[in-house]
Amino acid sequence: MAAERGTAAEALVGQVVLPGDLLLLPAHYDEDAEGERLQLSAGTAPQGRLLCGPGLRRSGAGLLVTKCGLLRHRPGGGGAYWVDSQQKRYVPVKGDHVIGIVTAKAGDVFRLDVGGSEPASLSYLAFEGATKRNRPNVQVGDLIYGQFVVANKDMEPEMVCIDSSGKSSGMGIIGQDGFLFKVSLGLIRKLLAPKCEIIQELSQLYPFEMVLGMNGRIWVKAKTVQQTLIIVNILEACEYMTAEQRKQALAKLSGN
Amino acid sequence: RALLSVCPGDTSVLAGLYGPAEAKISKELPDRAALEVLLRPKVGLPGVLERSREQLLRQTCEAVLLGVLHPRTAISLVLQVLSDAGSLLSCCLNAACMALLDAGLPLAALFCGVTCALQPDGTILLDPTARQEQEARAVLTFAIASRERKVLMATTKGSCSVEEMQQCLAAAQSAASTIFQFYRDSVRRRYSKC
Repeated sequence: MAAERGTAAEALVGQVVLPGDLLLLPAHYDEDAEGERLQLSAGTAPQGRLLCGPGLRRSGAGLLVTKCGLLRHRPGGGGAYWVDSQQKRYVPVKGDHVIGIVTAKAGDVFRLDVGGSEPASLSYLAFEGATKRNRPNVQVGDLIYGQFVVANKDMEPEMVCIDSSGKSSGMGIIGQDGFLFKVSLGLIRKLLAPKCEIIQELSQLYPFEMVLGMNGRIWVKAKTVQQTLIIVNILEACEYMTAEQRKQALAKLSGN
Repeated sequence: RALLSVCPGDTSVLAGLYGPAEAKISKELPDRAALEVLLRPKVGLPGVLERSREQLLRQTCEAVLLGVLHPRTAISLVLQVLSDAGSLLSCCLNAACMALLDAGLPLAALFCGVTCALQPDGTILLDPTARQEQEARAVLTFAIASRERKVLMATTKGSCSVEEMQQCLAAAQSAASTIFQFYRDSVRRRYSKC
């Protein structure tokens, strides 16, 4: 149980924290800071700005945990603290790359379902090489891979399929065939980590194409329908399998 | 997602939480999330007792939920009573808290429910069975928050004096620690696998 005064943030890195836990930052161990600003450059406190990531909120002298999960810390550039939690429901965040399903065409914008609380809007001009005369060929039911330019709690989220220099860099309409399915957000983050073992092992099994959306959606396409479904089943099961079980399952499949 | 909560004896409640999802225009609030609680009894249609319990649960959850982070959305909490052997309201409170925790909604604190039965001779029984509830002079249910053990909700059935209520409250606050430790252990077990 966390004491009322809170425990040091560094002591809890890598451990489970619950909502209501108060984390104290290095500059505030001994003071009852009431109305004092966060002195980041005093004494032995790290220089720079401390980033308060998802699952944490600034509260008085420290950080209040708002979601349950593992506390993580990144020491570079002033430091960042965040809570690694498992969730299935997606909340749009600016800059996230997601897979959306076109649900309606309303005048000059497309409405996309991204799995959040509101449909996102995508302008027809937000594709590479699109002009008023050269419209992209998007139908209701198509899959689009894009990123959010506007995503906050007060406004409807907006997506684009070009980056800041006007190039598509992999975004746009996802092609024919393939299979779209949903997994938890934690698994997506694991798959997106550099040198992910799961993807390396799967690529040795069959060649396939994959698009990962931060909203929990994965699109997979392999040469045959059966291979696609096998990859889908393995990815869905990866959430609950340990590394050993996964290696065994893959060994059994490649032996067939 | 759904979560099973098992209380002392055989009382169990299944809780499912959905959201933040799109809200109907008539129900959406401009600055915070609209929380809706549905309590379904084991047999029969929900009646007035279920409605009053839904309101108690809703007010308790809204006190800890950071609804301002999700304006114009709807959050639905559905509770299904699987079996009732006493202390049903506190079981529903525990199930509701674990559902909120499991779904990853932003919370300012956790809460738990504790029921006290005040027997005719003045002794206090925690988490009474259905039989003990019937024989008791008064049955009090408290929702206790995890930060400084503050009281979020108190409801009484029967009559008792103010001193007796204070004693029941003190007993409930110390019993709450066990429940919060159970939450912590469950979450630890869940995150030990990833």
